[in-house]
Order: sequence, then structure tokens, then C-alpha cells
Amino acid sequence: MQIDLTVNGNQTFIDVEPRLLLVHALRDSLNLTGTHVGCDTSSCGACTVLLDGVSVKSCTVFAVQASGHEVTTIEGIGTADSLHPMQEAFWTAHGLQCGYCTTGMIVSAVDLLKRNPDPSDDEIRAGLEGNLCRCTGYENIVKAVRAAGAAMRAGEARHSVNELMPIHPPTVEPPPSGEAIIPQQLQEAKV
Amino acid sequence: MIPAAFDYVRANSVEDALRLLTEHGEDAKLLAGGHSLIPMMKLRLAAPAMLIDIAGIPQLDGITASGGGVTIGALTKHAALAASADLRKHAPALWDAANDLGDPQVRNRGTIGGASAHGDPSADYPAVLQALDATFTLAGKGGTRELRAAEFFLGMFETALGANEMLTRIAFDAAPNSAYVKFHHPASHYAVVGAAVALTLSGGKIASARVAITGIGDAAFRAGGVESALQGVNPNDAAAVKAACAGAARGVQARADTFASASYRSAMADVFAARAVAKAASAR
Repeated sequence: MQIDLTVNGNQTFIDVEPRLLLVHALRDSLNLTGTHVGCDTSSCGACTVLLDGVSVKSCTVFAVQASGHEVTTIEGIGTADSLHPMQEAFWTAHGLQCGYCTTGMIVSAVDLLKRNPDPSDDEIRAGLEGNLCRCTGYENIVKAVRAAGAAMRAGEARHSVNELMPIHPPTVEPPPSGEAIIPQQLQEAKV
Repeated sequence: MIPAAFDYVRANSVEDALRLLTEHGEDAKLLAGGHSLIPMMKLRLAAPAMLIDIAGIPQLDGITASGGGVTIGALTKHAALAASADLRKHAPALWDAANDLGDPQVRNRGTIGGASAHGDPSADYPAVLQALDATFTLAGKGGTRELRAAEFFLGMFETALGANEMLTRIAFDAAPNSAYVKFHHPASHYAVVGAAVALTLSGGKIASARVAITGIGDAAFRAGGVESALQGVNPNDAAAVKAACAGAARGVQARADTFASASYRSAMADVFAARAVAKAASAR
């Protein structure tokens, strides 16, 4: 059946089977692959998007249920040219390692700050209870949300990825030939 | 995980939903927030041929709470209950449960009516609504009927809701001295054991108590023995409360799983009932 989805401000009409989950409509029909499928059982929050402005798990919503409603994905939160303060804070506070949970984490954190612009650490942890991270640990994620809250309350300007690059340059320049970088200790071990 | 194929239709009113339910018979299911039904469909434990989406029916969403009583539309979301200052004041047990349930995204989507109609044996509301002695309004083609919570929750995923009926409203008297405490399953956030208590106090003693337990048996149940034993007890006397709450799950066939054995669940029923009594007595 045809549904009418407004995604990141753009109204689109797509044909879906009623059983198609919203996350698959976003990823497969609309090519918005920033929303991830993690557990697929409403637990991990990797698939979190905003539906009419509130966070939901898009693996537990049928696309047909969202017809006539507004969806915001990570692609609508910010762009490489104008990062959302939450995206910048996850970068600068090192709130991620593998990045799989990150987009859902950021969408949930944006929703949290909308309801509570200056949350305590405990409130941040409770607000992100529906998002699981299996590598960074939550310490830096909490720091990132705190930093984003401070930046948003101060009304700081948004930055682009290119503007932030010089602040956080790669620590090791890759060799021009493209060969592997072997750490000194490993070279000395002569294995 | 992909559910079995189904047809989808939206109902605009209770009458519309009931007409569609009658038309499609037992193959149809009502869909509200979907946070009980969709996970079951993805696991193919449920495979309805038709989903009737009732989420857009306007009259069924809202909370009215005062000293005179509390009325909640079946489509009211957990997040709305969790954010209601009136509910916190007049029925803190339900406010506790709504805040403790799932996680923010689940609370933003799931509804009290959907969760209740699902009849999950580890859900929070079945205990809370029995402790509050809530009245459930069920709409059917022939009109509406009212059931008390204890008559509504029958067994594991089983309620008194008829195939062509729809839960529209839950109402109960204000219970300012009520509380719900639960032992969270760390992954699912369901209750391993949950205890809901509603007290009336007189002269520093418990005049009457309603106590209901979830997570133990096939359905949440009233702990009648504990309710009688609590009468006349000073709720601040921890030893007396503990003694009154002993055997809260007596006579109930406790479930066992990889997380908690049957005897552990039963033992925790006593502990959490006592905690809920203390919390209810200090609620104001």
C-alpha cells in the first residue's frame, strides 16, 4: 500500500507491504542507512529515530503506522557541513568506538535534551536507558551529552567536519605508499 | 525478523474499530502502540491476518486525576502517565510503574490499554491495577461492560477481553498511599517480581491494604493473606510489616527460568511486598 512519510522535512510517497518495518523503509526504500538495525528486538536502540519529535525504536514500528507522520533520522539531525552540537560532542568527547550504536545514541540524546536541557549525569544515564553500547562504555557518552547540553545552552555556533579536522588531526600520517604501519615494539619483537 | 504478511487498516472511532473487528473475526487484532504485539509478530508467535490500527482514535487518549478518582483512556502512553504530576499525587503506584517500565523509547510508544490487553505474566500494570482495584471498560457491539481488574487478568497472555471487544478506559479511586516496586530483569526491564500496594491509614496504622504481585505465576494476583495480616500493623514497624508479608506467593505455582528459580521468585515476593508497603505508607 502507498504511504506518505515526511522524512527529515521531505514528503515522500512509497509503496510498502504492511509488514515492512519503519527501519527497513528508511534504509532500503529511502537509502537512509544512518539508522542501524542492532538487536531487532526493541532492546538496543540502534534504530532510534524521532517520530513526530519523540524517540522511538524504528524496528518496532511498521512503516504504515508512520504514514502521515514526521520522521527525523540521524541524517536530519545534522550534516557534515553543519554538525549538530550532539554530533560534535560525541566526536570531541570520544563518545564512540565502533560507531554502530552512535546514531541511535545521538537521536535519543537529542530527544533527552529537548525535554531536559540541563540533565544531571544520572538523568543522562536514565534518558539513554534504551540505548546499548557494547564497546565505548557509557562514561564518554555521558560526557558527550553533558558537553552538547552546555554548547546548546550557550547557543554555540555549529561547525562543519572540515572545521573540526584541524582541531583533531590524525595522530599518525599514513605512509604515502599505503603499506601497513607496524608499531615499533612489534618491529623489534621480530615475530 | 519479518512478521507474517497481514492487511492493515486504520479505525477512526471506537464504533469503526468494533465494526472492523466483527467483520474480520478472529483473524484480526487491534494495534495501538504495538510494543507488545509487534515483537510477538516478529517472532511469529502471533500472525494476525488483519491489523486494525486504533492509535489515531482521539477520545481514548488522556488522564483525568483528582482526589475524586482517576480515569485513563486506553490509548494513553506510558510516557504521558510517567509525566503526570496529578497521577503521581493521586495514584503514585501507577506513576511508579509507568516510570519504571521499559525505556524512554518504549514509553513513548506503548499504551496502558495495549499492555493490559496483552496480559503478559511479568508486566507491571496487572499488579498495579489490581492493587488499585481498577475498573476496566470494555466496548463491544452490544454496548459496554465493566470488569474489575482481578476479573480481567485471567492467565498467561489471557484476559477477559472478548474477540470482538475493545478496552477503552481504566478508572479507579484515588490512592495517595500506594506504591509499586519491582525487581527489574536487567535486560528486558520486565518484572522478575513486582509488588503493588494501596493502603488506607488510620491513626498511624494500616486500616486496609490491597496487595498484588506480578512476575511469579501465570498472571498477577492479589495476595489476600498479606492483605488481612497487614490490618492494624504500623507501617513503620519493619519487623511487623515483614511478618505480615511472609508467604505473599503462597498457593501460587511460581515460574522458573534461567534468571530466577521458583523458590527465589516466591521469596522475593515477600521482600518486595514489604518494600512496597513501606513506600506506600510514606507516599504523600
